[in-house]
Amino acid sequence: MIYSDKVMDHFANPRNVGTLPDADGIGEVGNPVCGDMMTFYIKVQDDKLADIKFQTFGCGAAIAVSSMVSEMAMGKTLAEAMAITNEKVAEELGGLPKNKMHCSNLGADALHKAIEDFERKSRPGAEAGAPAPAADAHDHDEECCCPYCDGPIEGLEDVCSCQHCEIELVECPSCGSYTNKAEAACVSCGKPIRS
Amino acid sequence: MPRLYLDRNAASPLHPEALAAMMPFLKDSFGNPQSLHRDGQIVLEAVDGARESVARLIGAAADEIVFTASGSEANNLALKGLALAARAKGTHVVVSAVEHPSVLNAARSLEKIGFTTSVVPVDGRGRVDPGAVARALTPKTTIVSVMLANAEVGTIEPVAEIAAACRARNILVHTDAVAAVGSIPVDVAALGVDALSLSGPTFYGPKGAAALFLKKGTRALPLVDGGIQEAGRRAGTENVPAIVGLGRAAEIARARLAERAVREAALRDRLIEGVLGSYDHVVLTGDRERRLPYQASFCIAFVEGESLLLSLDMKGIAVASGSACSSKSLKASHVLLAMGLDHALAQGSLVFSLLESTTAEEIETVIAAFGPIIERLRKMSPTYTEFLKEKRS
Repeated sequence: MIYSDKVMDHFANPRNVGTLPDADGIGEVGNPVCGDMMTFYIKVQDDKLADIKFQTFGCGAAIAVSSMVSEMAMGKTLAEAMAITNEKVAEELGGLPKNKMHCSNLGADALHKAIEDFERKSRPGAEAGAPAPAADAHDHDEECCCPYCDGPIEGLEDVCSCQHCEIELVECPSCGSYTNKAEAACVSCGKPIRS
Repeated sequence: MPRLYLDRNAASPLHPEALAAMMPFLKDSFGNPQSLHRDGQIVLEAVDGARESVARLIGAAADEIVFTASGSEANNLALKGLALAARAKGTHVVVSAVEHPSVLNAARSLEKIGFTTSVVPVDGRGRVDPGAVARALTPKTTIVSVMLANAEVGTIEPVAEIAAACRARNILVHTDAVAAVGSIPVDVAALGVDALSLSGPTFYGPKGAAALFLKKGTRALPLVDGGIQEAGRRAGTENVPAIVGLGRAAEIARARLAERAVREAALRDRLIEGVLGSYDHVVLTGDRERRLPYQASFCIAFVEGESLLLSLDMKGIAVASGSACSSKSLKASHVLLAMGLDHALAQGSLVFSLLESTTAEEIETVIAAFGPIIERLRKMSPTYTEFLKEKRS
């Protein structure tokens, strides 16, 4: 099976699905090109996440990640929730296939965006609240691979390509992973790769 | 829970008679068909018999059949083999936008060694316009490759018309008929093609045996150099058991083709009617009329294909999807995008391919199983919530 039992459990019985009409913060991420879209709704009470709901358009991993993130963040303080990282989500799920790791990025990002939205709204005029933790810098000791096929990357750091997928790759300025040069957004984190 | 398997495009169960035909060659008859001794010659006879059977299924002569290990290999041998053999004449290759990756990537490989490629678009039903193919031809064109039927959307392509236009200009035509052979009548002379790929696993043959038809006198450079197996067009000791199984599957297909097609088309029509009639915001992909008898494919708006696939799998139903998430490359199906579907809708792709053993009850089970799955996933979908909001306002 490509997915762990825990992923399949969260996919089959996702926790906290839905919307909050009176949400204190809303976070949206993703686009239909990469295939996943997530919206997180939060209620905040005494600096804690009193309620979380989400909606997800996406694959089994995307739905499971959303569910897992909502469960991990429920009842936590905002600072604790902001500290939830992609790695922790994937770890809690018993691992994700390599080409689905970007789904775990999306889940934590959507939650963080909802918290940022709440902080913006609750302190009008003030600077946005705690900044999201810097995206995980790409570890170049790790073997780099094509984000589509996991195959080896050929060429130097700034001009490289995947022979199999026949695409040119660039490093995403947000997450540091290799992504398709021809796309507007990074396939791993969904953030724009050009300003 | 009994499994309900509707993914024949990926693999079909081996026909028991094909298995029975294979068994002696997995046990006692182990000889090499190239050996001159009796142990080899017995096996050679069986391989030649299979060659006859496969040739008969498509109206070819036995010596026009080259056995390969897969449909992909047959497509590669056709594209690269024909293009390289005709290199002195020209270096331009024409393919359609909805070809299998083994055709598209073979064409890309040719580009790397100096060939140029034209990719002919398709319409919203996945149909290649023969006029567009004719317009893509140049004095340097040597090969045109357009598939006979597309497994993902079921559309049957006007290959005979395309071939007629090419023949007039002395251009070779290859057709990838992997999804078609064994399911619809295929006759190489009626199609007017010079090369045709077919593969056993789509019609109850074993994995590991496929074939390329090469019209008499058509030159193709081998991909594998070596001995004189397959008349020097594909070196390497033959996969005898699989070839024998393919031969038997071809005989069975030839005998039952019409009966199978009528039955499957009726089930397919009920599946299409049932799904489109029961659920909103679902579209049929591909051509409604010129369609493979065993294939029904849809795009379900507001939900993603892999989620649909996994949900059906949990109910014991095996299907395929062309969504980005269900592919390892995380790219939406090139076929659906070539047909002009937008990314969001293409993500909701679901492909059913029926088996000979599929029953009317099973089709009803699938139609009914669909409802709660679509409802559950749409309830979770932000795009559906957005749609409902816009509809209300």
